[in-house]
Amino acid sequence: MTTTAGPLTATELIAIREDFPLLERTVRGGRPLVYLDSAATSQKPECVTDAEQDFYLRRNAAVHRGAHQLAEEATEAYEKARAAVAGLVGVDAGEIVWTKNATEAINHVAYAMSNATLGRGGEDAAALRLGPGDEIVVTEAEHHANLVPWQELCARTGATLRWLGVTDEGRIDTGTLGVINERTRLVAFAHASNVTGAIAPVAAIVAAAHAVGALVVLDACQSVPHLPVDLRALDVDFAAFSGHKMLGPTGIGVLYGRADLLAAMPPFLTGGSMVEVVTMESTSYAPPPQRFEAGTQMVAQTVGLNAAADYLAELGMSAVAAHEAVLTEHLVRGVAGIDGVRVLGPTDATDRLGVVAFDVAGVHPHDVGQVLDDAGIAIRVGHHCAQPVHRRLGVHASARASVGIYTTHAEIDVFLEHLAGVRSFFGLGGSRG
Amino acid sequence: MADAMEQLYQQVILDHAREKHGYGLEQGAAGESFQVNPTCGDEVRLRVHLADGTAAPVIERVSWEGLGCSISQASLSVLSDLVAGADVARADELTETFRALMSGRGQPLDAEREEMLGDAGAFVGVAKYPARIKCALLGWMALRDALAHALTAEPSIVAPDQEKS
Ligand SMILES: Cc1ncc(COP(=O)(O)O)c(C=O)c1O
Repeated sequence: MTTTAGPLTATELIAIREDFPLLERTVRGGRPLVYLDSAATSQKPECVTDAEQDFYLRRNAAVHRGAHQLAEEATEAYEKARAAVAGLVGVDAGEIVWTKNATEAINHVAYAMSNATLGRGGEDAAALRLGPGDEIVVTEAEHHANLVPWQELCARTGATLRWLGVTDEGRIDTGTLGVINERTRLVAFAHASNVTGAIAPVAAIVAAAHAVGALVVLDACQSVPHLPVDLRALDVDFAAFSGHKMLGPTGIGVLYGRADLLAAMPPFLTGGSMVEVVTMESTSYAPPPQRFEAGTQMVAQTVGLNAAADYLAELGMSAVAAHEAVLTEHLVRGVAGIDGVRVLGPTDATDRLGVVAFDVAGVHPHDVGQVLDDAGIAIRVGHHCAQPVHRRLGVHASARASVGIYTTHAEIDVFLEHLAGVRSFFGLGGSRG
Repeated sequence: MADAMEQLYQQVILDHAREKHGYGLEQGAAGESFQVNPTCGDEVRLRVHLADGTAAPVIERVSWEGLGCSISQASLSVLSDLVAGADVARADELTETFRALMSGRGQPLDAEREEMLGDAGAFVGVAKYPARIKCALLGWMALRDALAHALTAEPSIVAPDQEKS
């Protein structure tokens, strides 16, 4: 592996694929696996599983507790992972809070705000209080993880949920930015949609939010694994992403919060490890990030994520993005070029990731997925935890193919060839491919 | 396409998915059920219409509307044919038999039960794909629920037409 600015060479790609043993397996009676479901979860390079195994076999201990050498080593590994992930997204280690996944990370912010509304966190947290008349703004393209917590927060506090619209092409409609106004207290949106693949106009939304003093929460689940992301440069106040989509283990996610905001935030989950002084009457809380890491932590997963972050950093996120940009172009043009198939999202590769959802006329996504699966091709079907954007684009559900760093041009060819045959298998119209 | 797919998507299934017997909700039902498959968001609303003037309740027909894959739609269509004219015991028996087929991992049932299922026997291939069993059972779950409402004459629990937000 070398750091290249342009797309990967064939040799580099072969070397990468060798790091992912799962990609070599066959499925459904001996067919080579074509894994096009990285937007749901990525496959893992051996260095990630090795790191986790090495931790369990040689350094396992609880962190931030105990004075023995193993506890010291485990704590060091845990904190080193924090620094590695912080480095990957351009922020300080103290601004990274470990969570179970992105969903939990977003809930940390939502519950900190409702706890602040109840008076927790005192005057320091006053800026996080919400009430009737206040507004939270999301977009119509959100994953349920970045929608439902805000609906619930509004229900608990009396604030109102509003949203930016989505164009027919599946992009956030910047014509609706006027929804952000002086009552807006928080704006939450995905850096890249897990359905349309569209990359959000981050600068415009952040500017509109900050102009009215609203906080910005960026759902970076789909962007961090595929693009260079500098959260400081994007000037967002919070961000959430999941380890399992960025070559790391499940069970580990990340909340980024600007240092001053984390310092002001009351905790969401409480219990051991997140405290300073506990009496029978009351408790004072540890400073961030420990304040938000209650209970025994997922240390092995942080070590695995450290290996994943190092792997991505070694490849170079711009090389990752360049490789995937070529694949995206091939994938989106190929899907859009098949008769009877509609891309749900931009049909060109500008400002879009290789997450391509589509509708096959007359064939339900489940049936599309089944026929492709029979050819060894793994795609996602359903609503991808984003029902509103499907409704907006006039469908109930969709099929979705998505690429990763290990995806090849030839795999996309195989996928396109089989996709082109789906309608005729179900006795519908001519297809070409 | 490969044999496995021909076996799963038998012609009977594709035909039923297109023809959708029983499609179109009708008035005057004794019970109704709304079911969703949370993994894909597919949904069905099914009504049970009872025959008049029978001593024990007899299903005259079912009517339904729904969104779903060919497996779920075909299963509803077949179900509509099978339960028309069935009394409650027979409907339960059909439901249990179909469930047995779905838990058989692709093994056919004995000849007697196979015959009872008629076109529904074509779903044998579905049982090899755990993720699709729910699709095939969606209509049968709706039938059981709608029938329970019909028999207890309790008001049906009807979900709103669309989610609110
Ligand atoms: C855009 C987006 N946001 C949030 C999530 C939620 O991630 P997780 O399920 O790992 O919490 C996902 C993944 O499914 C996603 O794609």
